[in-house]
Amino acid sequence: MAKVLVVTSGKGGVGKTTSTAALGAALAQMGEKVVVIDFDVGLRNLDLVLGAERRVVFDLINVVQGVAKLSQALIRDKRLENLWLLPASQTRDKDALTDAGVGSIIAELRTRFDWILCDSPAGIERGAMLAMRYADEAVIVTNPEVSSVRDSDRIIGMLDSKTVKAERGERVEKHILITRYDSGRASRGEMLSIDDILEILATPLLGIIPESQDVLRASNVGSPVTLNNAASAPARAYTDAVRRLLGEAVTMTVPVERKGLMNRLLGRRAA
Amino acid sequence: MDAIAKAKRQPVRMRGRSYVAFTFCPVVPITGWLEEIDTTLARSPGFFAGKPVVLDLSAVDLSQSAIAHLVTSLEQRNIRVLGIEGVDADRVTTSMPPLLTGGRSCILAQNEPKKLEAKPKLPSLLLESPVRSGQSIFSEGDVIVLGSVGSGAEIVAGGSIHVYGTLRGRAMAGFSGNSAARIFCQRIEAELLAIDGYYQTAEEIDVALRHRPAQAWLEGDVMKIASLN
Repeated sequence: MAKVLVVTSGKGGVGKTTSTAALGAALAQMGEKVVVIDFDVGLRNLDLVLGAERRVVFDLINVVQGVAKLSQALIRDKRLENLWLLPASQTRDKDALTDAGVGSIIAELRTRFDWILCDSPAGIERGAMLAMRYADEAVIVTNPEVSSVRDSDRIIGMLDSKTVKAERGERVEKHILITRYDSGRASRGEMLSIDDILEILATPLLGIIPESQDVLRASNVGSPVTLNNAASAPARAYTDAVRRLLGEAVTMTVPVERKGLMNRLLGRRAA
Repeated sequence: MDAIAKAKRQPVRMRGRSYVAFTFCPVVPITGWLEEIDTTLARSPGFFAGKPVVLDLSAVDLSQSAIAHLVTSLEQRNIRVLGIEGVDADRVTTSMPPLLTGGRSCILAQNEPKKLEAKPKLPSLLLESPVRSGQSIFSEGDVIVLGSVGSGAEIVAGGSIHVYGTLRGRAMAGFSGNSAARIFCQRIEAELLAIDGYYQTAEEIDVALRHRPAQAWLEGDVMKIASLN
């Protein structure tokens, strides 16, 4: 049975799009049939992170308005045949999205895919509301800092009240994904500890993604980090998170950077 | 330091205000009319208790002493007369209720007295999940939260507030003038505490109390916050 998963956060710049691409690619690598939808109408990024920006013809808004068929707008990844992208429109804004339009697209995608990943825009307005509207599960991306944690708390409240599942009296299954975690700074008390975050949010942890240059490097070449350098610390952390999503029991660890000899000699810190 | 939300003193002002009063129109013979009153009282004792009653004497012609006797007879039945109308000013003495004029008739709600007698008990609100940032909880009675109250969340209660997790948001108890309301929490990191309009912000709450179980209550117009153990 297909699962609709929204990747959301409230706050911007915490790593929603990067995480959507990485989780989507990792799920596809494990044999699941995955579609990622960019809900950030007007500020689309997911096509860039997936390296599909030059193949966008039709987009989400075209499908919502009936200009194009869903099959015309879906873009298949060149590296992973199980991974598809439904891009956002860059020329429109979020008001062009309608509840009924999104509902019918999600319903159609449910018949064709195992996983439907919705990349939510930042904020709590229309785009973010519609991205979470039909979700069965939610990944709340949080940075270890107070503003991000409070915004996540707000989003969790909305997942419990504004989604179709919540209105039916059911629960959206929620997971916390902590990104940009720097174990060095955390041990010096310069950022919120994992325990503090989980205590405030009272929601189970899906994974801890370490702060790494690999994430930026992967984005720049238009490749999800799990695909670009599968051995890197963030890629391993995302893969572990996906295995937990699929129901496997994986011990929670904070993957660390494997520093090369030259790096250590030069004392360069992966920040 | 306590900030005070209400002005303490108001200058004396006169204002006109209208009230609904029962009007009795006695008829002769007065003894027979009083018996009618007695049967009404036998059916529902206390029906007129605390209600303003006006005597309209326009239908009868009573002497000063007869009026005095009628007022006393009613007082013996626990009916206090607020005023008299429909007689000449010289028939009324200073010891009697004052003479009223300009009354207008209106319809009395039949079930009004019963409503006032049975004060409904305000139900308390129990929340089993955490109160998230941005949520606002409102209840006329007590509010009990089993989880935490997030930063940026708000609880407004007519009664007391009990939080069995960490209180990080705002808690406003006794908003409708209930100064006996209290706030309890397992761990205090509140942004604001208020009881009956008196409030303290996070900055004013003693640092030594932070992260500990605590309660807040009002002593006069001073809010007290103390550790629970």
